[in-house]
Amino acid sequence: MMKFMLLFSRQGKVRLQKWFNAIGDKERKKIIRELVSMVLSRRPKMCNFLDWKDYKVVYKRYASLFFCCAIEESDNELLALECIHRFVEILDKYFGSVCELDIIFNFEKAYFILDEFLLAGEIQESSKNKVLRAVENSDSLQEENQEAEATRSILEEFGLS
Amino acid sequence: NFRSNMPVPNRLRDLIRNIRSCKTAADERAIIQKECADIRNGFREEDTVFRCRNVAKVLYIYMLGYPAHFGQLEALKLIVSSRFTDKRIGYLGAMLLVDEYREVHLLMTNSLKNDMDNPSQYVQSLALCTLGNVCSTEMARDLTPDVEKLMKTANAYVKKKAILCACRIVRKVPEMMENFIPLTKPLLSDKNHGVMLTAVALITECCRKNPDAKANFKKLVPTLVRILKNLIMSGYSPEHDVNGISDPFLQVRILRLLRILGQNDSGTSETMNDILAQVATNTETSKNVGNAILYETVLTIMDIKSESGLRVLAVNILGRFLLNNDKNIRYVALNSLLRTVHTDMNAVQRHRTTVLDCLKDPDPSILRRAMELCFALVNSTNVRGTMRELLLFLSRCPIDFKSDCSSGIFTAAEKYAPNARWHIDTMLKVLTTAGNHVRDDAVPNLIHLLSATDKMHAYSAQQLFKAVSEVNDLSVQPLTQVACWCLGEYGDELVSAPVEDEPVNISEKDVLDMLDKVLRTSLSTAVTKSYAINAVMKLSTRFQGCIRQTQEIISIHSTSHNMEVQQRSVEYNVLFNKHDNLRPGVLEHMPQFEKVTPPNHSEDGEEGTAEQVESVQQPAVVAAPEPQQQSNVDLLLDLVDFGSSAPSTQPPPPIAPTNNNDLSSLLDLGFSGQPQPAVNGYNAPPPMNNLMGDSLLDGLNSQAPNNIMQTPGVTAFEKSGLLIKFQFEREGNVLNVNLTATNSNPQNINDFVFQAAVPKSFQLQMLPPSGNSIGPSNSNAVTQTIRLNNPNKAQPRLRMRIAFSYQGQPVQEMAEFNDFPPSAWQ
Repeated sequence: MMKFMLLFSRQGKVRLQKWFNAIGDKERKKIIRELVSMVLSRRPKMCNFLDWKDYKVVYKRYASLFFCCAIEESDNELLALECIHRFVEILDKYFGSVCELDIIFNFEKAYFILDEFLLAGEIQESSKNKVLRAVENSDSLQEENQEAEATRSILEEFGLS
Repeated sequence: NFRSNMPVPNRLRDLIRNIRSCKTAADERAIIQKECADIRNGFREEDTVFRCRNVAKVLYIYMLGYPAHFGQLEALKLIVSSRFTDKRIGYLGAMLLVDEYREVHLLMTNSLKNDMDNPSQYVQSLALCTLGNVCSTEMARDLTPDVEKLMKTANAYVKKKAILCACRIVRKVPEMMENFIPLTKPLLSDKNHGVMLTAVALITECCRKNPDAKANFKKLVPTLVRILKNLIMSGYSPEHDVNGISDPFLQVRILRLLRILGQNDSGTSETMNDILAQVATNTETSKNVGNAILYETVLTIMDIKSESGLRVLAVNILGRFLLNNDKNIRYVALNSLLRTVHTDMNAVQRHRTTVLDCLKDPDPSILRRAMELCFALVNSTNVRGTMRELLLFLSRCPIDFKSDCSSGIFTAAEKYAPNARWHIDTMLKVLTTAGNHVRDDAVPNLIHLLSATDKMHAYSAQQLFKAVSEVNDLSVQPLTQVACWCLGEYGDELVSAPVEDEPVNISEKDVLDMLDKVLRTSLSTAVTKSYAINAVMKLSTRFQGCIRQTQEIISIHSTSHNMEVQQRSVEYNVLFNKHDNLRPGVLEHMPQFEKVTPPNHSEDGEEGTAEQVESVQQPAVVAAPEPQQQSNVDLLLDLVDFGSSAPSTQPPPPIAPTNNNDLSSLLDLGFSGQPQPAVNGYNAPPPMNNLMGDSLLDGLNSQAPNNIMQTPGVTAFEKSGLLIKFQFEREGNVLNVNLTATNSNPQNINDFVFQAAVPKSFQLQMLPPSGNSIGPSNSNAVTQTIRLNNPNKAQPRLRMRIAFSYQGQPVQEMAEFNDFPPSAWQ
């Protein structure tokens, strides 16, 4: 089971944080601080795994962003790497060659995508397309909603409702 | 519309842009503070139109590390909105901001329940996603029926999410698995991979939380095997393909579940052999994903009761992994070898040289695993070679490895040392290499080892002397401490009988010079200095020609700023000046330590536990003479509070009161010396490095045996069967009045309390009595010592108050005793 996933930049700025366990705010900050400095201090040719407390931390750098997750002792590190990679692929497909700025300005979308891919710290869907379709369908629902809303408010303005 | 009089809030996009354009952290803080104030205003005005936008901004601010709990309730308000946009952001906020507050969870439970019943699968999905990520114990209990219902729906999109919610519920409240277990079987025959994937996760979770549940699932093994077989046999399926491998996520999950189900069950394991062999041989390993599957397969093969051929195959795969160029693969190889080393020692042993090579890797993650594996692989045949590599590793490894590595070497050396000399050499090498990173317990352990190997004393002393002289700056404390102890104890052997194969000329003066240096340098800690000063003291009897020098070295430190060192110096000076005849006895050679480590002082109940702990950590540095030695040494032992080996009849003396004025003013009040109860701890020395006991000085001053003058006993009080006799012991100005109270009545005298008062010019101290109950017919006398300091050599007078109860009746008596014999005071 995955305990949490963090995305942060090379400068150590957090871009996304997903916690699958109830962890208090203070503790979250402490974990972020510790892990960010541990990961950033590692050299590029080192392996992608770190021992940290009772967990194994698996991280990988994609361009300027580090994707980092903590898994349990009995979990498969190599598969966790695949899992990170799968998430990156979906982000890439969704945004169309994703970059850090996409995730900064559309952080909520990144969360929505992650929520269609992982749930309760487990992978819920191994098909990229199904994840994408689910997010896009939800998006369109949101837009319909907004359009309807906008139409209604215009009508209201003209006193036609 | 009341909202018209409020400014339209910033858009999220603008806020992010503004924050990003900040040059300094202070600017960023200022912007965020202003924005937070605006958002709070919006919340306060119950602005429903822009609530969604505001909550989204709060989430961004939260991600930057600023406090954002004020958004929590607003997120919950969004959840109950009918707009999908609001719900989406609201649930996202709830997942990020809500912690385990019960009130908030109660609010959420209701919304979740409603939304799980919503006609839109996307609304259902939002609720399930939130439940799966933040479900609390209460929620688990309340919402299990709803989750069950959704697990049975035909809609795979909702179904898989409900299954993972069940997974979370089982984690939180394991007994809830009863509800879900019956639903799992049909899930495995679903065609949808998401459903299969999540179903396997749920079954795995049930087995992990309750091993008894495994029985429910063993009959599913053929189904799992079939799914796995289909995955590896089926051709290319674009939907689930990763680098030419069909759904590795599902494959790995099934392999893991098979491992759990096959553990300790040869029947079930039997049904897995074939498929495991197929996966192990058919998986394409040019890419990470193939190795992920292979890695999982190996773990499963090693964990279940698999065929021996399969196990050989698995260890060979790991051997291949170890040689892989990819660091990640090497890491998992070490990791899995470490997991299997205890079951298949011989198989893993074949890869020892490769593992040793991994100790040269620059990556600390790999080093850590390799080091642990090396320690697991040490045995009596490879100990020399492996330890050589580990010692080299110790010298070059990162600092945070040093203490673990040295502890590991100590343990392995103790277990597999081929001979004593090798053992000592290895331990010394660790001390010189790891320096101050050696854990504290290494010092007493090594001293113990050195003492126990009696043929090597001179050799060890010589090696330590060399090591310390080579280190030169004396900054390595553990090494210096062991060296000091060893030189103090075996300095004479070192000087008189040089070791044959490496003759070096070390003179008495060399040794003392070195100890002197240790005592003077600011690099030494107080503990090290204590070791050194003890060593010097011991050498005063072991070295014949250097008494003057030892005394000089010691006396200099009588003004040391460190109390411990100063106290030792003063005590040893007293031993030199006043009781020189005792010195050889006190400083006898230590008896060899027993092999068994934990020293047992427990038969000596009077001793404070603090001191016992201390003596475990630090073997006593001053020689503890054996009980059969001269009686004056015994007496001294009592005073020194060593107690452990010498039979002690008297209660140990208390710490002398420091303020005599206090005492005399007490006397003014009439009676003093309400006898202090003889409880533990009151005379226990403070828990510092107390190697000789606090009262040595005090005891030597007052009770040195050579000028004790004893007088025969006299009757001080006699009434109705109670007889109190005094017997005097004089040491200079101090007179000890030893009181013996006997009872000739047929019944016990209970609650016996003896109090005394003396004129102002005397100082009086009552030591604790041996008891407060005097046995009948002159049995079980009570004894007590009254200590009288008489600096003016005046004739003492003593007033007594005696209280006791006989047959339940309280009795009180007063009396005076003036017949002190002249020898007791003149």
